[in-house]
Amino acid sequence: MSKPKKQKYKLKISSITENLEIIREFINKIARKAGFSDEGADQIELAVDEACTNVIKHAYHFDSKRMLDISVLVDKEKIEIIVTDKGSGFDPDQLVVPDIPKYAHEAKVGGLGIHLMKSLMDEVSYSFNPGRRNSVLLVKYYNRKSA
Amino acid sequence: MSGFEITRKDDEKICVLHLTGFLDAHTVPKFEEAIQNLIREKKYCITVNMRDLDYISSAGLGVFMGFIEEVRENGGDIKLSNLSQKVYRVFDLLGFPTLFEIFNDESEARSKFNQHD
Repeated sequence: MSKPKKQKYKLKISSITENLEIIREFINKIARKAGFSDEGADQIELAVDEACTNVIKHAYHFDSKRMLDISVLVDKEKIEIIVTDKGSGFDPDQLVVPDIPKYAHEAKVGGLGIHLMKSLMDEVSYSFNPGRRNSVLLVKYYNRKSA
Repeated sequence: MSGFEITRKDDEKICVLHLTGFLDAHTVPKFEEAIQNLIREKKYCITVNMRDLDYISSAGLGVFMGFIEEVRENGGDIKLSNLSQKVYRVFDLLGFPTLFEIFNDESEARSKFNQHD
C-alpha cells in the first residue's frame, strides 16, 4: 500500500476518562489508514491512551471542564501525535519506574504508563510551561520496531 | 462492544473473575472493587480469566500490582488465564510474566491452585 502524503487530524475533547474510548478509536482508525499493521495501530492507541490518562489525572486532576487537545500528523515516514494541556504539568521523571519487582513490593499504582509509552513508541518527549501549555510528543516510524 | 463487565464464579477455594471489554482508567475502579471485595471476604486464590478482554492499559495492570503482595502474604495468588495476544503483549512489555503465572486456560490455573492442597 502506498503511504499517504501529509495528513493532519485534530481532536478537542473533554478531559474525562469516559472519553478515552473515543480517543482510542480516533487514533486507531488514523494509524490503520496510515498503513500501520494491526499490532502497530494497537501500540499507538495504547501509548496515546496513556498520555491522555496522565493529563486527565496529573495535569487536570479529573476536572471535567478542562479540554484535551490531540493533534496527529501523518507523513511518509511516521505518525506524530501531540497531546497538549494547559494544566499544572507534572514531572514525568518522577513517574518512571524501571524496577518492576520493587514496584510491586511498594504497591504503587502510577507511572507504568510512561514506561509503556517509551516501549511502544520510537520517540517520547515532553515540553513544559505549567499553566500555559504542556505537551507530550509521541512518534512512531513505519520502519522501526519499537516494542 | 463497549464498556467493561466482570462476572464472578466461586467454588470452595478458588474465585474466578471473568473480564469482558475494555479495562482502562475509566473502567478500572470496577475491577479494583471486585478484587477488594475478594480480599475482604478472605478469598485469596484468585484467577482472572481474560478471554473476553479486548483491551488493557496500565491502569488495569496497576491493580494487579497493587494487590498481589497482600494476596500472597495471605497464602494466595492472582493467576491469569486466557489472555489474547494483544493483551498478553502489554503484560509482557512490563515484565509481568516473571511476576505472575499466566495460563492458556482457566482450568490450568485452577489445577495449579489445587496442587497446593
